[in-house]
Amino acid sequence: MSAAAPALVRLPVWRARFVMAGLVAAFFVLAARSLYLQAMQTQFLQEKGEARYSRVLEVPGTRGRILERNGEALAISTPVQSVWAIPGDVQAGPAQLKKLAALLGLETRELRGKLEDSSRDFIYLKRQIAPEAAEQVARLGLEGIYQHREYRRYYPGGEVTAHVVGFTGVDEAGQEGVELAFEPRLGGTPGSRRVIKDRRGRVVEDVESIRAAQDGRDLQLSIDGKIQSLAYAALKGAVAAHKARAGALVAIDVRTGEVLALANVPSFNPNNRARLSGAQLRNRAVTDVFEPGSTLKPFTVALALESGRVSPSSLVHIGSGGLRIANYTIQDPHAQTVLSVAQVIQKSSNVGAARIALALRREDLWGLFDRAGFGAAPQIGFPGEASGRLRPAQSWRPIEQATMAYGHGISVSLLQLARAYTMFARDGELVPATLLKSDAPARGSRVISAQTARQVRAMLELAVQPGGTAPRARIMGWRVAGKTGTAHKQENGGYAENKYIASFVGLAPASAPRLVVAVMIDEPANGQYFGGVVAAPVFAEVARGALRALGVPYDAPLEPVPLPGAGEEAREST
Amino acid sequence: MAKLNLLLLLVLVVCALGLVTSQHKARKLFSELERAQGRAHELDVEYGKLQLEASTWALHARIERVATGTLGMRTPDARQVRVVGVAGAR
Repeated sequence: MSAAAPALVRLPVWRARFVMAGLVAAFFVLAARSLYLQAMQTQFLQEKGEARYSRVLEVPGTRGRILERNGEALAISTPVQSVWAIPGDVQAGPAQLKKLAALLGLETRELRGKLEDSSRDFIYLKRQIAPEAAEQVARLGLEGIYQHREYRRYYPGGEVTAHVVGFTGVDEAGQEGVELAFEPRLGGTPGSRRVIKDRRGRVVEDVESIRAAQDGRDLQLSIDGKIQSLAYAALKGAVAAHKARAGALVAIDVRTGEVLALANVPSFNPNNRARLSGAQLRNRAVTDVFEPGSTLKPFTVALALESGRVSPSSLVHIGSGGLRIANYTIQDPHAQTVLSVAQVIQKSSNVGAARIALALRREDLWGLFDRAGFGAAPQIGFPGEASGRLRPAQSWRPIEQATMAYGHGISVSLLQLARAYTMFARDGELVPATLLKSDAPARGSRVISAQTARQVRAMLELAVQPGGTAPRARIMGWRVAGKTGTAHKQENGGYAENKYIASFVGLAPASAPRLVVAVMIDEPANGQYFGGVVAAPVFAEVARGALRALGVPYDAPLEPVPLPGAGEEAREST
Repeated sequence: MAKLNLLLLLVLVVCALGLVTSQHKARKLFSELERAQGRAHELDVEYGKLQLEASTWALHARIERVATGTLGMRTPDARQVRVVGVAGAR
């Protein structure tokens, strides 16, 4: 018997069918699952996948530059590098760490301390370092140390132009001055692009540019670097010499209304703003208001001339006991009992100005102040422009009408004051002030007649002659005209006895004015406080340099201007 | 029928290869564009830096210091200045 052939085992048919059915069922499950993933979940999954390697990078737009009128840069953005690390990934020997610390300007111990904190994934080692140092850091080739680019704004003008230009924050958004005022124009719009990155965060491939970055546009200011720097130096000198709290200066080109210089003391260095006080930051010329005092007298007189009631030679009775209105007496230290209208300006007589004002309608006086731009912001586009205070005429009592004539009970900013004086410089037209460079002469709005403006200008010229209040405002070669102001400071609702604001507003050259310069010195405390002594010399220094820089022809004989001798200088009472 | 299929297959392969090359070219050009833009940006940055440097050297305060200190210059007296009028300018 041969070995029995293996017996054919007949398995039950259901077993085969069972396996078959099982396989088919598994297949269906797979098909359903793939259908679910491919058709219903596909978008979500694709997004997840892309998120692993695809990144959208922001491309910064460069902020526009700020230039002065001759094209010198006042603010420029340049890229700097910020060095950061993933502490867990950093592998570096002690020698390398030492080198890195030296390049970053850190203590080795400090750097080690930063890198030991391995719980964090991202740590800045040093922000905003110079590109040269950054390149050397990159050359060390250390693992886990990375850099990224940031922009930093530099201000080559430093403290001289600090208040006009302002500054930006770390994120390059304007915070002060022109940087804030013209933010939409200066600021760039960041663009974005899609890239593929590997696990270590290196860009492997550029895929597409989603949006191109838009750089901000440059801005050219009306400021003249030369005049500005001269103005700042002169102002700083005067504030120091008179131990004053602060000072401000505005110079306006009469033909175009451009602000050629706008200086404030104390100032600050916008490149290093570690310790800043509010006093340093204040742009007094634009945002602070003060009672201008006698610098408003020419407006009162202009209105009186305009109304035809007086002429420059009409006589005004001053008397010797002052002018009594209600319970208040307006004082005048001058000896004369009768002055002509021109002399009221020349000697800065309060009683004279009050008497002239009392003969006018208060609505008319208010109207002139209003048209001169007082009580409304000058609209040069600067943040925080002060509008000053000019109360409605209906609320004026006679004593207020009288004091308003010589600049008390009304408050203005220095910029408003300088701009208002353009009406005397432009034969009756007030010119709108601007901080941006403009090439064409500006159109003014007529406030007083050309004849009145010329008459007032002649009076203002008298004020700087010997016998006037400001002989120290004169300069050799050019005729100047101007008015001093010495006002008690307001404090706690009253007037401080021995705190003053000395001011001077002048125009030059008097024959065909090109320039208005307004100077304000806050609390001169070195014995002298008269506008003619404290503020007028600053005007003279700035006007001399500015007229030379602008190439204005001489209109006066070239003789040295002597300093006023004893008794040649009139003293004003406010 | 088979021949037609074969032909279509061939066309398909050619098209696919064409797509690959054109995409490759596009990426190459794009990266070239990026490089050029990067270069332009770098030059721009350098221009800004040079301008910054120029402005710093040209500070009026510094010029005045050098002029009066190192070079011993001074502003002329108004009497030493002759104004030359251009014919028809005034």
